Amino acid sequence: MTHLELQKQLAETGYVAEESLAMALSLGLTLWRPVLLEGPAGVGKTEVAKALAAVQGTDLIRLQCYEGLDASHAIYEWNYQRQLLSIRAAEAQGGLQEEALFGEAFLLKRPLLQAITADRAPVLLIDEIDRADEEFEAYLLEILSDFQITIPEMGTVKAAHRPVVILTANGTRDLSDALRRRCLYSYLGYPDLDTELAILNARHPGLEARLARQIVTVVQALRREELEKSPGIAEMLDWAAALSGLGVNDLAQAGPQLQATLVCLLKTAADQGAAPREFLDRVIGKVA
Amino acid sequence: MLVTRFPSRASGPAERVTGFIAHLRGNGFVLGPQETALALSVLEEVDATDVFQARLALRSILVPDAEGWRRFDDLFDAYWFNAGRQRAAEVNAAHVKVQSQRPMLWQDHFDEGSDGSEGEAPQQADPEGEGDAEGTEGRLIATRQDNLSKRDLRELFREEDLREAEQAAQRLGAALRDRRSRRRRQATRGNALDLRRILRSSLATGGDPLRLFRKRRPPRPMRIVALCDVSGSMTTYSRVFLAFLKGLIGVGAQTGGQSGVQADAYLFHTRLMRVTDALRDHDTLRAASRLSLMAEGFGGGTDIAGSLQSFLRHYSGKALNGRTVVIILSDGYCTANPRELGAVLGQIKRKSRRIVWLNPLKGWRDYQPIAAAMQEAAPHLDAHLPANTIAALAALEQEFARL
Repeated sequence: MTHLELQKQLAETGYVAEESLAMALSLGLTLWRPVLLEGPAGVGKTEVAKALAAVQGTDLIRLQCYEGLDASHAIYEWNYQRQLLSIRAAEAQGGLQEEALFGEAFLLKRPLLQAITADRAPVLLIDEIDRADEEFEAYLLEILSDFQITIPEMGTVKAAHRPVVILTANGTRDLSDALRRRCLYSYLGYPDLDTELAILNARHPGLEARLARQIVTVVQALRREELEKSPGIAEMLDWAAALSGLGVNDLAQAGPQLQATLVCLLKTAADQGAAPREFLDRVIGKVA
Repeated sequence: MLVTRFPSRASGPAERVTGFIAHLRGNGFVLGPQETALALSVLEEVDATDVFQARLALRSILVPDAEGWRRFDDLFDAYWFNAGRQRAAEVNAAHVKVQSQRPMLWQDHFDEGSDGSEGEAPQQADPEGEGDAEGTEGRLIATRQDNLSKRDLRELFREEDLREAEQAAQRLGAALRDRRSRRRRQATRGNALDLRRILRSSLATGGDPLRLFRKRRPPRPMRIVALCDVSGSMTTYSRVFLAFLKGLIGVGAQTGGQSGVQADAYLFHTRLMRVTDALRDHDTLRAASRLSLMAEGFGGGTDIAGSLQSFLRHYSGKALNGRTVVIILSDGYCTANPRELGAVLGQIKRKSRRIVWLNPLKGWRDYQPIAAAMQEAAPHLDAHLPANTIAALAALEQEFARL
């Protein structure tokens, strides 16, 4: 599948991908390499995985990383309660073989093992990898290169179908060079005006053309200001949903609703102060 | 940017792509032969004659991080299109030779007037090496590289300066050291058992504490972010400051952050560039060539506010936190609007703990901070200290201990 075909298919699921992103994804599919996505918050890094799963017609398995994430939450864990129960139950009937206790039935599969044992190659999303500890990152390297997991009691589980792996990072800490080397890389920045309009149209098809243009222009203007948290695409979509929910169809005449819905875009007190009414009016005036 | 000429007599795509990888490597990308092979196989996948596609494909493979992503396009153009400029044709094994000359760029700055080649170094081949190089290229070039790198670094960081600067930086680090947290947090290799967590998880295993959790006091390292001005007016001081920065980075690197100090260094004139990795590099040649990226525009004007803006935009998320001391080494002569400097310092101040401005001019007698930029900056600074010699830098220790 060439990157343009992939781009088109992603667009059909409602995800507008830039060409460089589509290229990284299509290469990731052909070369079986993980794709590392970086970029500011709210530009659709996580959404990519969902859209890709939809295109491939497979499941999305998501592993959300956090500080202190360990193997038992990421890979597998033995279902101890169930093991105990079956021992008790078996005592009445005269004992139980030890091997039976460490079978598939007692194994709790966590995302990484799930992804490896799935019947069809799934999309594995490892979200915010930079939040996990360095030790976990090192362990992940092994899995990403061999796609196999060793369970001491059961032996090595090899992937029947290699999952498509997507990693996202937010820049909480520097990732190791080893991990970066194993991944294809794509940086998702804020989109330009036309791309963002296309995204808005794909997600809220019913929106009036003029309102859509106003929304996108305001958001783009806000991004150019020095804000503490620039509004991402997700915020823009929220705002559009809020405005259309309130029945607004022209920002220039939506005084109180405009001010009230700005909470969707500006999420700190300082930022709300940084975008006064006059500023918004000026930006909206330019569109109309 | 390090310019590598396109090898117009290269035998085929393999050699050209190899040249491109070498070009990227020379510009600080970490790429191995595996990446070269990957790049070639990827070009088979896409339509390699379509420049746009080839660019996208190579970018997603060869770029390691966000900074590389920003620089890749320029580097790509520089190699494949000679940055859009026609160069005088000089074809014999051009790209090999150019790489050998990389550290020349520094000489313009530190030996004022020694040669007037104005950064054109890659263009004019070395007069004495040229003839001989034809036959036994490899060996000659290798020795030449070595010479250049040593000489350059000697000029940059003289042995005793470096040692002194390093000591000064070390003491400074000690003065800034932060006590460890009183709290303990979960850790895979902690020195204490986390009883609470063990008990909680033992519920799931019928009261048997099967899995032991540990905890330890998390290190709370102090961070130093140093922004060093290398514009024309700072020429005489930049060498000292670079040595100081290298010392500062060295302190953090040697002890693996155990000293409780992490340091991050940036150079700026009209642009800003992160040089932490370049300064940390043990390979002196590579360090010099990485620093030479800054040589373009070196010694020109200063845009302090603009550089700080770009620091804020691209790096502040990672670099700044509530335990960061920002050190700015500059004389405060700024070509941009001084009002902006005040605003951007205010923003940095909000994201960090302290801002210290080290000013070489402040060491002069009768110095008054009358430069408009310094007046705008003053209210945001926690300290405005003199720093014109290494001795002055060493004396900063007491000042820092007080902060």
